[in-house]
Amino acid sequence: MNYFEHVGKYFLMLKQVFKKPQKWSVFREMLFREIEDLGLKSLGIVMFISFFVGGVVAIQTALSVDSPFIPKYLIGFATKRSVILEFAPTFMSVILAGKVGSYITSSIGTMRVTEQIDALEVMGINSLNYLVLPKIIAVLFFYPLLILLAMVLGIYGGYVAGSLTDLFFTEDYVYGIRLDFNPYYIKYALTKTLVFAFVIATIPAYHGYYVKGGSLEVGRSSTKAVVWTSVVIILLNYFLTQMLLG
Amino acid sequence: MIEVENLYKQFNGQSVLKGISTTFEKGKTSMIIGQSGSGKTVLLKCLLGLHIPEEGIISFDGRKHTELSIKDHRQLRQEIGMVFQGGALYDSLTVEENIMFPLKMFADQPFKQMKERVNFVLNRVNLDDVNKKFPAELSGGMQKRVAIARAIVMNPRYLFCDEPNSGLDPNTATVIDNLIQEITKEYDIITVINSHDMNSVMEIGEKIIFLKDGVKAWEGTNKEIFKTENEAIVNFVYSSNLFKKVREAYLNETK
Repeated sequence: MNYFEHVGKYFLMLKQVFKKPQKWSVFREMLFREIEDLGLKSLGIVMFISFFVGGVVAIQTALSVDSPFIPKYLIGFATKRSVILEFAPTFMSVILAGKVGSYITSSIGTMRVTEQIDALEVMGINSLNYLVLPKIIAVLFFYPLLILLAMVLGIYGGYVAGSLTDLFFTEDYVYGIRLDFNPYYIKYALTKTLVFAFVIATIPAYHGYYVKGGSLEVGRSSTKAVVWTSVVIILLNYFLTQMLLG
Repeated sequence: MIEVENLYKQFNGQSVLKGISTTFEKGKTSMIIGQSGSGKTVLLKCLLGLHIPEEGIISFDGRKHTELSIKDHRQLRQEIGMVFQGGALYDSLTVEENIMFPLKMFADQPFKQMKERVNFVLNRVNLDDVNKKFPAELSGGMQKRVAIARAIVMNPRYLFCDEPNSGLDPNTATVIDNLIQEITKEYDIITVINSHDMNSVMEIGEKIIFLKDGVKAWEGTNKEIFKTENEAIVNFVYSSNLFKKVREAYLNETK
């Protein structure tokens, strides 16, 4: 199957996904389950990575700024910009594509190869709508919160790194963070997050839903899903940056 | 009655079903048998609507499968119970949630009533105290019984079973066979079983359809199977010495 066929099949899948749920109470139940599986269970890794990466960005910036003519508050300014514009929305999305994407593909793929999806279809249930729509809504709702948290923790990580290493004064860092704050950047980051969240939920779902074969193919599909989700995120990042900031 | 007329199905240009015609009657356990690759599963999946045939008609009590609107199709599917080969129970749900699932989706009943129904069908398949267990905590035979319970919880008019005995020991297989036959009689439903298990065929096959290379090569009952001279089915059924001896004994007895 060539790439165009996959793209076409992906959009046909979305057509089936975006239908009215057959039973709202069951949908609600699934939605809460997905928020827990895809969102709450990602909190730990997001907090851990963003805190330390924020610290590393601040340290590296501080080490690069060795000229006495460059004010130290630029360390806080650069960390804030890097974390808000790129690290939190894009880098975290790529990490989540690995964690959540592989989970989505393997869980749906396993359902496919063990005939659980056939069982849904035999019952007269729109399996794509039942399985994929709650995942999309869950990530669209929860990921912006995760990314906001990543921004806060990333910047705080830089602050802690400064106070532990004495590479810069925390007062300068805080001044740099507050300097020239543009709320549009948060909007920009959250817009990107929403687009990436949609990609993270749907591309792995596509790879899982149409898997053929056994457990080996489920594993292969998970890998493919993570690769393609990351590729699409990086490409969309480029176009969105051009469109929204260019 | 389920009527199948002149059914053709192919994959990538290769014909898998070649003009199958047959009927499945109410209150009877019908079995589809044949070697691996003969088209049994494809026929079953066509009956279930999971495969769309290229040609032919499948009608459920006069309702033609291919001519139904999406809504009517969904309605028909709610009248179908299916027991999959591996059970196809939802791993993340408990036994109770698995069985309650079709009720939650389609029956507007209070939770208490649904729970009573779940307990009733669990009791019917002789399973107790498993409500809160997950499928992975059950034995193969228990999983099959849960799958049967889920298949009958909506009071289906049509019950389909794909290899219900695969991977089970002979005792458990007999229990499952008897259970399916009892349910068929008790609820007066149409049951179609896809099987390799000749014990099941002899035991509960009130109507047997033998497929060979996508063609219906023989049709009859479990009694007629002993008497038939049809070479294709004789070679298939009596490939084991045990069954050859059983057949000889039966023929001697009925002389």
